[in-house]
Amino acid sequence: MDYNDSELPLGPRREDLLPTSTERSVKVVVVGGFGVGKTTMVRSVSEIRPLTTEETMTQAGVGVDDLFGVERKTETTVAMDFGRITLDDRLVLYLFGTPGQQRFWFLWNGVIAGALGAVVLVDTRRLEDGFPAMDRLEQGGVPFVVAVNNFPDAPVYPASDLRAALDLPDHVPLVDCDARRLDSGRDVLLTLMRHLYDSATATSEAP
Amino acid sequence: MSGGDRKGERDWEEGTPVPLYVVTGGRTEAEDAQVLDLVTLIVARSEPRPGMRPEHVSILRMCANPLSVAEVSAYLDLPFSAVHVLLADLLAESLVEARQTRTAHVTAAVEPDVEILKALIDGLQRL
Ligand SMILES: Nc1nc2c(ncn2[C@@H]2O[C@H](COP(=O)(O)OP(=O)(O)OP(=O)(O)O)[C@@H](O)[C@H]2O)c(=O)[nH]1
Ligand SMILES: [Mg+2]
Repeated sequence: MDYNDSELPLGPRREDLLPTSTERSVKVVVVGGFGVGKTTMVRSVSEIRPLTTEETMTQAGVGVDDLFGVERKTETTVAMDFGRITLDDRLVLYLFGTPGQQRFWFLWNGVIAGALGAVVLVDTRRLEDGFPAMDRLEQGGVPFVVAVNNFPDAPVYPASDLRAALDLPDHVPLVDCDARRLDSGRDVLLTLMRHLYDSATATSEAP
Repeated sequence: MSGGDRKGERDWEEGTPVPLYVVTGGRTEAEDAQVLDLVTLIVARSEPRPGMRPEHVSILRMCANPLSVAEVSAYLDLPFSAVHVLLADLLAESLVEARQTRTAHVTAAVEPDVEILKALIDGLQRL
């Protein structure tokens, strides 16, 4: 079998290759309600064309409408967009955008497990859409920052009002962003990293 | 968000048709047992050989330079758990190397390393 020539060229383009010395990788998740700009943010900051990975979840028979008492399995697929930022010749950052309409993304344990932190995107017209994601992050112990994606027709509120409405403690950073812009997305990620850095150094200096 | 949602959520479980293979550190119960993460970097340690499964050949080809498991999954258009099985085969034969695996017992965020955070801040500032 001539496997050398018959295969389609699968894999990264030449310009998307990571340095051979890359040895550390970190995972950041972008979460929030439906249509809040998660995919847009991942695309804006990513150096590669955003890609999609997925996982299939199975649900054991619940029996609600199961007249015959047979064990049923239902399947649902969770797909996530992700992008990549190469930081230096050793370190690479991956950014995963969870699907807003899919209620079960958090059950894909591999998404939150081992994550460094998260960005919660919110829209001031639908602040409450951010709550389920924030609940999941808190349960998973994932530190996060909240970024208000400034849609042109969305009302602007003072930060203190937003904090109150989101029930956000003072130590959680709250920033504005435009998910379509690389510099804005980069600044949100910097806010997250500085927040993590401050927490890490404060902890290690504590007696 | 409503109370009615809660039960439904609990009934769902991660759909790995096979257990997450431990890649180093022995059994899954071991404290330091390591599994593949979405961001684990895979690097080929060998050329494809005749008679290999096409998916294995593809992985060895695309991982000439480091590539995350998520990217392998995207390029192969296969779910994470399917890619995990394929990679476990290659790891068992030392045909690939896995960098930045995750401790099997971690279910939440990792304790960040200050040096890594510094590198992240520096790198993002250059962007
Ligand atoms: N004006 C404006 N439009 C935006 C911004 N961010 C996203 N959009 C638009 O809003 C729509 C939804 O954005 P997506 O990035 O797909 O949102 P999402 O959170 O990934 O959506 P789901 O994955 O479906 O939950 C798209 O049409 C974007 O072009 C922004 O900052 N400003
Ligand atoms: Mg999206």
